[in-house]
Amino acid sequence: MANTFAFVESRSGALRRVGLEAVTAARRLADATGGGEVHALVMGAPGISATAEVIGAHGADVVEVVEHAGLALYSPEVVAATAAARIGDGSYRAAFFSASAQGKDLAPRVAAKLGASLGADVTAFEASGDAIVVRHPVNTGKVIATLSITGTPVLLSLRPGAVTAERAPRTARVATIAPAIDPAAARVVPKELLAGNTAKLDLGEAPVIVSGGRGLRAPENFKLVEDLAAAFGNAAVGATRAVTDDGWRPHTDQIGQTGRLVSPDLYIACGISGAIQHLAGMRTSKTIVAINKDREAPIFKIADYGVVGDVLQILPVLTEAVRKAKQSH
Amino acid sequence: MKIAVCIKRAADMETRFKIAADGKSIDETGVKFDIADFDGFAVEAALQLKEKDGTGEVTVISLGKDTVQETLRKALSMGADKAVHLKTDAVPADALAIARVLAAELGGGGYDLMLFGRMAIDAANQSVGPMAAELLGVPCVSAASQLSIAGGRGTARRELEGAAEVLEFPLPAVVTIDEGIARPRLPSLKGIMAAKKKPLEVKPVQVGESRVTVMKMELPPERTGGRIIGEGPDAVPELVRLLQTEAKVL
Repeated sequence: MANTFAFVESRSGALRRVGLEAVTAARRLADATGGGEVHALVMGAPGISATAEVIGAHGADVVEVVEHAGLALYSPEVVAATAAARIGDGSYRAAFFSASAQGKDLAPRVAAKLGASLGADVTAFEASGDAIVVRHPVNTGKVIATLSITGTPVLLSLRPGAVTAERAPRTARVATIAPAIDPAAARVVPKELLAGNTAKLDLGEAPVIVSGGRGLRAPENFKLVEDLAAAFGNAAVGATRAVTDDGWRPHTDQIGQTGRLVSPDLYIACGISGAIQHLAGMRTSKTIVAINKDREAPIFKIADYGVVGDVLQILPVLTEAVRKAKQSH
Repeated sequence: MKIAVCIKRAADMETRFKIAADGKSIDETGVKFDIADFDGFAVEAALQLKEKDGTGEVTVISLGKDTVQETLRKALSMGADKAVHLKTDAVPADALAIARVLAAELGGGGYDLMLFGRMAIDAANQSVGPMAAELLGVPCVSAASQLSIAGGRGTARRELEGAAEVLEFPLPAVVTIDEGIARPRLPSLKGIMAAKKKPLEVKPVQVGESRVTVMKMELPPERTGGRIIGEGPDAVPELVRLLQTEAKVL
């Protein structure tokens, strides 16, 4: 009955949803392999200990907290050294991280420090004999690999949204520990967190994405895309590479092969022809709507619902209709 | 400044992939291969740093079969100075096993900066660069969307979900390159001619045991799209009705 480890990601003193997803994943694996304990690690500036309760409520039996004024920003070397020391001290079957921007930086560092194998960006996992078997999308999601990973422990980084964080209340034992190295001694020094619009939903977490391409004809017409997103209330705004390359939108908004890979419940492609580069980033969306003036555009081949026509005329009407539909709920 | 760039040869992602008869790999028949997307950004970043510096040397390194020499030649034709082919018949699925081979090569090279693409576009692990840095014991910033080097120190920006962060680090260091730094240049005819005369060293290597094994590869279910419900603003009421009653997302 082996224990399972979870690194709980936070930013600016608050847990990120992917952090609790890692706890839920660890709880599930522990329960499926004989009910061992889940040991969670959370690190941040003083005050982060307040998150221990909610981590316990998601199934952690032990929550180890590192509080240090030098950890207000993610400090990769300090966090990696501390996580490696903690995982190395236990005899864990598996250790979960998040395949987020932070977790994709952290997990390989920890794996190399421990000489452990890593399953990166996994969408499913199960224990199978001595191995952990995972699913991992490769080739921009056009192929799904099933991998068998051996060694003790196996590190896994979990694709955001692959599991839904759920409550499995424990009265967790909380312990405060010191960072494995002094943050002042780190060679890689975090200088600044440039917060985006914090009121804005992230593309990876929004249930609805409204996305725009060249068919909008001018950057100021993105207002129509933003209006539709606002009408939904739970939507984020994305863009194609053509549009981010032209500087209409920031690179961070780009959905596609070299940008963000998203799979929201609803994806509305506005004035997007459907280049393969773009489809690679959104083809796993649950429902796809396409609005484009060219009936032959490739986007229509993968869209559940296509509307042919001028996106500049259609969007204001759709925005109004969505607003009314939302009000009548 | 001495810069190394580790690059991978990968399938063109516009390919309609087919699974090979073994059920565990891609059928490579008729598939075009090229330098992997992010690795092209890394080569471009190295060339721009060298040009800005006015002096230095860019070495490109690739692990794989003899076919990777074509990819190395492409990087040489873009402007890299020399190439190293770490020759092996099979590249494993285990990122740590790959990182060990690359770190062994990088460690003896006296490089100031060791660049990788943010991730291999095919394997999509985003692991080898930071692992190699740990094995070498040098600082690392992964997925940099901006990078500047001055006075033996680097400053890099990383994109996060809805935010970004800026980090500083001393050289020598490993940096993995995200999109945003630079679009790779196309090789000029002059560059292609010059590349033929540039040194390409072949070093046979032993890749250690892989603890990651591919059990199966499969194609995700095809989307059954293609339904056009109407034209122009008149189609909006039907669209809203379908989103409410059929897709149940509104």
